[in-house]
Amino acid sequence: MHPSSTRRLLRSLLIPILAVFTALVIGAIIMKLAGDDPIAAYKGLFQGAFGSKRGWATTIRKWSPLLLTGLSVAVAFQAGLFNIGASGQFIMGTIFSVWAGINFPEMPIYIHLPLALGLGILGGMLWGAIPGILKVTTGAHEVITTIMLNYVAALFAGWTVYAGGSQGQKPGPLWDPTAKAISRTPPVVESARIPFIFGPPYRVHWGVVLALLAILLMAWLINKTTIGFELRTVGRNFKAAKYAGIRVGWTVILAMMLAGALAGMAGAIETLGVNFKFAPEFSGSVGFEGITVALLGQTNPFGVGLAAFFLASLAAGGAKMQFDSGVSTDIIQVINALMLAFVAAPAIVRWLYRIRKPAEEEEGVPKISWGGG
Amino acid sequence: MTQRTPVLEVKHITKRFPGVVANDDVNLALYEGEILALLGENGAGKSTLMNIIYGLYKPTEGEIYVKGKKVEMHSPRDAIALGIGMVHQHFQLVPVMTVAENIMLGAESVKRGLLDVKKVAREIQELSHRYHLDVDPYAMVEDLPVGVQQRVEIIKALYREAEILILDEPTAVLTPQEIEGLFAIMKRLQEQGKSIIFISHKLKEVLYISDRIVVLRDGRVVGETTPAEATQERLAAMMVGREVILTVDKKPARPGKVVLQVEHLKAHSDLGEPALRGVSFQVREGEILGVAGVQGNGQTELVEVITGLRRAEGGKVFINGEDMTNARPRIITQKGQSSHVPEDRHAYGMVASYPVADNLVLNTYNLPPFAKGISINRPAILEHAERLIDRFDVRTPSPLTPAGSLSGGNQQKMVVAREFSRPIKLLIAAQPTRGIDVGSIEFIHKQIVAKRDEGVAVLLVSAELDEIMALSDRIAVMYKGEILDIVPREEATRESIGLLMMGVKRDERVDEIAF
Ligand SMILES: Nc1ncnc2c1ncn2[C@@H]1O[C@H](COP(=O)(O)OP(=O)(O)OP(=O)(O)O)[C@@H](O)[C@H]1O
Ligand SMILES: [Mg+2]
Repeated sequence: MHPSSTRRLLRSLLIPILAVFTALVIGAIIMKLAGDDPIAAYKGLFQGAFGSKRGWATTIRKWSPLLLTGLSVAVAFQAGLFNIGASGQFIMGTIFSVWAGINFPEMPIYIHLPLALGLGILGGMLWGAIPGILKVTTGAHEVITTIMLNYVAALFAGWTVYAGGSQGQKPGPLWDPTAKAISRTPPVVESARIPFIFGPPYRVHWGVVLALLAILLMAWLINKTTIGFELRTVGRNFKAAKYAGIRVGWTVILAMMLAGALAGMAGAIETLGVNFKFAPEFSGSVGFEGITVALLGQTNPFGVGLAAFFLASLAAGGAKMQFDSGVSTDIIQVINALMLAFVAAPAIVRWLYRIRKPAEEEEGVPKISWGGG
Repeated sequence: MTQRTPVLEVKHITKRFPGVVANDDVNLALYEGEILALLGENGAGKSTLMNIIYGLYKPTEGEIYVKGKKVEMHSPRDAIALGIGMVHQHFQLVPVMTVAENIMLGAESVKRGLLDVKKVAREIQELSHRYHLDVDPYAMVEDLPVGVQQRVEIIKALYREAEILILDEPTAVLTPQEIEGLFAIMKRLQEQGKSIIFISHKLKEVLYISDRIVVLRDGRVVGETTPAEATQERLAAMMVGREVILTVDKKPARPGKVVLQVEHLKAHSDLGEPALRGVSFQVREGEILGVAGVQGNGQTELVEVITGLRRAEGGKVFINGEDMTNARPRIITQKGQSSHVPEDRHAYGMVASYPVADNLVLNTYNLPPFAKGISINRPAILEHAERLIDRFDVRTPSPLTPAGSLSGGNQQKMVVAREFSRPIKLLIAAQPTRGIDVGSIEFIHKQIVAKRDEGVAVLLVSAELDEIMALSDRIAVMYKGEILDIVPREEATRESIGLLMMGVKRDERVDEIAF
C-alpha cells in the first residue's frame, strides 16, 4: 500500500478509538459519581459478552442486526445521504418476511426461506426508495422524510398485528387469533426459519454468516464497481458527478434502495432467525444504533463490521454487568450516546486530545448535504 | 533597502508533505510599503509558503520574524493578531451571509453580548471610503460578482488591521476591468504604508504592479529581480529554467465538415434571467473558434448548455449532425465524442477527495479498459494515470494522492490531461489555462493547436484576450447573451475585439466616426 494511504487508514482509526475510549471513561465517571464501582461494572460487561460460550453466542447473535443497519446507514453516507430511516426499513423488512413466514406451510425450506428473506429485503428496499424518490422529485430532505416514514412503518406494523378492540374493532391481518388480546403474529413456520449453527441454548443462526457476507458484498460494491464509483462521486461532489455523466437522481434513489434493502435484511434475519414472529416491541432501537455503528466504522464496510461487534458486545454483556455490579443497563445507552456524539463531532475529540486537524490532507468522509453546493 | 528591518522575514523555511518538499530552505523578506511579487511554476510552493506565513501550516523547519521579532504561529488567529491578512486562491466567504456578517466572523464586535452589526457596517463604510473599496455592507455575498467578493476579502483583512497583505492569485478570476480596480486598490494600500505579497502567473501584471520580484522553483528561491531589470521572457526563463516561447506558432487552419452547430440557443442563468438570447454558430473540423467577451455575458451558460449541464429553453445543438439538444452529459461526451474542460474546476472538473488516478477517469470510468461490466479495473486506471501524469507533467507525489492537495495549477493540468487524452471530434475548453504557469500554458496551447491539426473542432472560451488572439482561427464575441459578431482572425485586432466586447458593432462604429 502507498505510504499516504496507510497514514490515512491509521488516521481514520484514531477518532473512533478515542471516541470509544472517552465514552468509556465518562461512563466510568458517571458510575463513580452515582456511587457505583465502574471497574466491577466493566468487568461484568466484559465477562457477560466474552466470559462464557453463552456470552459469545449472545454477542454474535446481536452482531448481525447492528452490522446490517450500520451498513445501511454507511452506504447512504457514501452517496452523501443521511439515512435516519433504517428503523422503519427494518420494520418493513420484518413485516414482509413474517407475512411470508407464517403463510405457505407446505413449501420446502429451500424455496420458503429464500422467499421470506427476499421479501424482507424487498420490503426494506421499497421503504428506502420512497425518501430517495421524494428527494429527487421534490427536493424533500431525506432526514425529514425518513424520520416520518419511521413513524408510518411503526404504526403500520402495529396495525397489522392489532388484536382488535372490545367494541368490535377489526383485528389486523397478521394477528394471531390464538393470542387472544395480545398483539402479535402467529409463529413463523419451520420451513421459513433460518437454521442454527449452534442450536439452543446458544441459538447462533446462519443469518450471521449472511450478514458477514453482506460486508464483503458492500465492500466490493462500493470500492470495486462502477456503481460504487457513482455512489461515491455523487456523495462527494454532485456537480462533478453530473459532469461525469452520472445520473445523479437515479444514483440517489439507488443508494436509498440499497440502504433500505440492508436494513430490511436485518429485520428479516431477526424475524426468521431469532424471534420467529412479530410483535410491536421487537422493533427496538437497532435502526438508530446503526447510525452510531456507521459513524464509528467511518462508513467503511469492514469498519462497520468491527463497530457492530463492539456495540453487540456491550448489549450482550449488559445483563451480567447489572447482575454483578448493580449498575443499571441504562449506562450502556449513555455510553452509546456518548460514542455517537464523539464520532459525529470529531472536533470535540481533536480538542480533547490536542490533535491538529489534518488541514494538510483532504478528508475522506463525504459531506452529508446534497445540493448545498 | 536592505538596511531597513523587514516587516516580515522568513528564514530557512522548509515544509514537507507526504512525498514532496513544498518549500526547501526558503529565505524571504518583505519591506514596509512594498509590493513583492512571488513568481513560480505550478507546484513551486508559493501557496504553501503563504499558508505558512498565515499560520495555516506549520513549517517543518525554519523561523518567521515579524518586525524583527521571532514569532510562533499556531493558527491564522495568531497571524491576524500579528497584522497579517490573506486573500486565498479560493475565497473563504459564507455565501448566505451579508458582507458585514462575513467580516465580523471571528473578529470580536460584541456589544453587551450581542453582535453589533450597525457598528461594523459603519466601520466597513469608513474603510471602503478610505481605500475606495466600494461595497455595500448589507449585500448578500452570494449575490456579488467575484471581483466584489474579493474586495470583501480585502476589507476583511483591513478590518482586522492587517499591515501585511497576502494576495494569492487574486487576478485569476477577475475581468480586466476588475483587475484594474484591484491594482488601484493595491497602490492606495501601498501609499498608506501597507506591505503586500502578490502572486500571479501573468507576467505583465507582475511587471506592472510590483516593486520587487522573487522567483521560486521546486520549493527554492532561485532568483530576485525588479520590473526595471526584467522582461517577460527573462521572468519566464527564470521560473521554468529554460527558454519559453510566449507566442503560438501555427499553420493556417484547414476547416472541414461542421462538427458543432448551434442554432438560436436560448437559456436562463442560475438567477432565472435570460442568459442566452438566440445564439447561433458553427465550428468545423480543424478550426478553433474563440469566444471572447467580458465575463458574465453568457459564455458560461453557452458552454453548459452545449455540454448538457444546463437546459436549453429554445434552439438546437447538433454534434456531428446529430441532434444533442438537452442530451445527458454522458451521451454528449461518449456518443458525441467530445471533451469539456470546465470553467469551474472545483465545482465540476474534479472530486477533491479522490485520488488523482480516479479523477483522471472521472468521465470514462465505465468504459473499457477501466471497467469490465460493472467491475472496475484498478491496475488499468493506475497505469492510465501514470501515463497522463508523465505526459502532461502533473506534479503530484503519486497517482494516489488526493487531487485536492495538488497545487491549483496542477489540478487544472490534471483536468486538461483527462480531457485531451481521449479520441475526440469536438473539444470544448473554457478558461483552459486559468491559474497555469507560463511554461505549462505554452504546452497546453501547443496541445490545443495539435488537436486542431488532427481535425478536432475546438470551441475555446477564454477571458484572456491574448489567449483568444493567439489561438483562434475565428473569433466570436459575446455580449449580453448574444453573439455580436464573428470575425476571422486575420481581420481582428485587439482594439476591434475590445470594442465588440463593449457592445459596439462594426457598422455602428462607422457612425461614431461620422459624428
Ligand atoms: N495540503 C497539501 N497536502 C499535500 N501536499 C500539498 C498540499 N498543499 C500543497 N502540496 C504540495 O506542495 C507543492 C507546492 O504546492 P503549492 O500549492 O504551494 O504550489 P503553488 O506554487 O501555489 O502552485 P500553483 O501556482 O499551481 O498554485 C505541490 O507539489 C503540492 O502537491
Ligand atoms: Mg497556489
